[in-house]
Amino acid sequence: MLILTCPYCGVKAEETELSPGGEAHLKRIGPKGTAEEFEAYLFARKNIKGVHFERWRHAYGCNKWFLAARDTHTMQVYGTYKAQTAHATDEIVANARQARAEWVPDWPQASEAVVA
Amino acid sequence: MPSPRSGRYSVFAIAREALRQHQGWNRAWASPEPRERYKVVIVGAGGHGLATAYYLGKNFGITDVAVIEKGWLGGGNTGRNTTIIRSNYLQDPSAAIYDKALKLYENLSQDLNYNVMFSPRGLIMLAQTEHEVRGYKRTVYANNLQGVSTEWIEPKRLKEIVPIINIDGPRYPVLGGLYQARGGTARHDAVAWGYARACSDMGMHIIQTCEVTGIETANGQVQAVSTTKGRIGCEKLALVVAGHSSQLAEMAGFRLPIESVPLQAMVSEPIKPCMDVVVMANTVHGYMSQSDKGEMVIGGGTDSYNAFTQRGSWHHIEETVRALIETFPMISRLKMLRQWGGIVDMTGDRSPILSATPVGNIFVNCGWGTGGFKAIPGSGWAMAELIAQGRPGPLAAAFGMNRFREGRFIDESVAAGVAH
Repeated sequence: MLILTCPYCGVKAEETELSPGGEAHLKRIGPKGTAEEFEAYLFARKNIKGVHFERWRHAYGCNKWFLAARDTHTMQVYGTYKAQTAHATDEIVANARQARAEWVPDWPQASEAVVA
Repeated sequence: MPSPRSGRYSVFAIAREALRQHQGWNRAWASPEPRERYKVVIVGAGGHGLATAYYLGKNFGITDVAVIEKGWLGGGNTGRNTTIIRSNYLQDPSAAIYDKALKLYENLSQDLNYNVMFSPRGLIMLAQTEHEVRGYKRTVYANNLQGVSTEWIEPKRLKEIVPIINIDGPRYPVLGGLYQARGGTARHDAVAWGYARACSDMGMHIIQTCEVTGIETANGQVQAVSTTKGRIGCEKLALVVAGHSSQLAEMAGFRLPIESVPLQAMVSEPIKPCMDVVVMANTVHGYMSQSDKGEMVIGGGTDSYNAFTQRGSWHHIEETVRALIETFPMISRLKMLRQWGGIVDMTGDRSPILSATPVGNIFVNCGWGTGGFKAIPGSGWAMAELIAQGRPGPLAAAFGMNRFREGRFIDESVAAGVAH
């Protein structure tokens, strides 16, 4: 069973205690967005086979939304982090890089930090 | 269809082979090395990919076709489903393509000269909540308008058809059912094998253990695929790979409205015949039928998060079995023999995608989600039309991927519950 540690209350929660919320870090499109942008926001998912960032809610616990980095191929959990974060922490990136050397984060500043 | 390479199967062939120690049976399909170039390359030798190839040859005379497959033929979701066939969908475009598939299934064994063991034993979708009662009655009205014969049956009649069912609940009482007498099951492997044999007989190439590693394009047109068996050039390319559709689309440079999740199934030890109909309980995500070997075949629910592991979460098995035991008390002592998962490709509206793509001459057939097996012949028929003519025919027209941008959803998620 998938076990994630809630970054707010610290509980190691089994997946039956959690409620999944899909891909993380989606950028909400405002009323001025084009049809293509709305379509991408609503439907086009990365659907990564590998390092995947996703939203979870600790539904039968503290009920807070948090984010997790999980490998959709091996089911390895690289770490969880708070929802008010723009990207995964350096520690999670390092964990993911250790398991998947070829993987690079798709946000620029962190990948430079990792390369340095 | 005559079978020059593999020999036509018939009672006379069996008699002939019986007299010569069964030495004369040929391989059902050839395993050639890939040529440099084909007119059409189809990625994915599951039911949908092979059916697409078959109808390209049969309906359009296009036989310069290769079907390439990462693993082995029919080893993906074609060999992992619970073999249910039905066409009782709410929306008109769905009913049209699934009923086309059902009609093709009815004569598929004769058409392919291969026994796919289609068994129209009837299918009941249980209504176990008031919401489902209303939903299924609405579907029956819709089906009658679509020319798909289904009926609403009351609990008493349902109990007569399925004597082993407990209709009293208390947690999940059976309030009635949506009955499609023409629905049923077929032997899933045989569907893939039968199509493969017919395709091979037409001179098409089926190339197994050949994984696509890249898609080559120039000026917005597909040129070739790179594979573990080398570069294969093509005029047209069809991606028919279910769970890994997003990965193939990424190679071609576009994105699909797809998320991949595991769906589980299991079978019990074989028992004497006890249920001669397919029963689906959508509220609890439990689907059960009895195979010809006597095993109870049970389909479960999908995991609610993305994954590519072909096993799924344990707690979903528990939920499925717990609910089924209340509805079918006699299965409580059954041992389960096997459990497995398949990766299903879910779209936003839970309806499939048969579509041209942003890249010229690449076509995609995916998004069948939890209910692809029943659609195989119809899907192949419609996909062959799309590939051969370059534009969708009447069956595929509504299933273009632009529908998500244009808001023309074919919303079966409400009609059929989460899984269908």
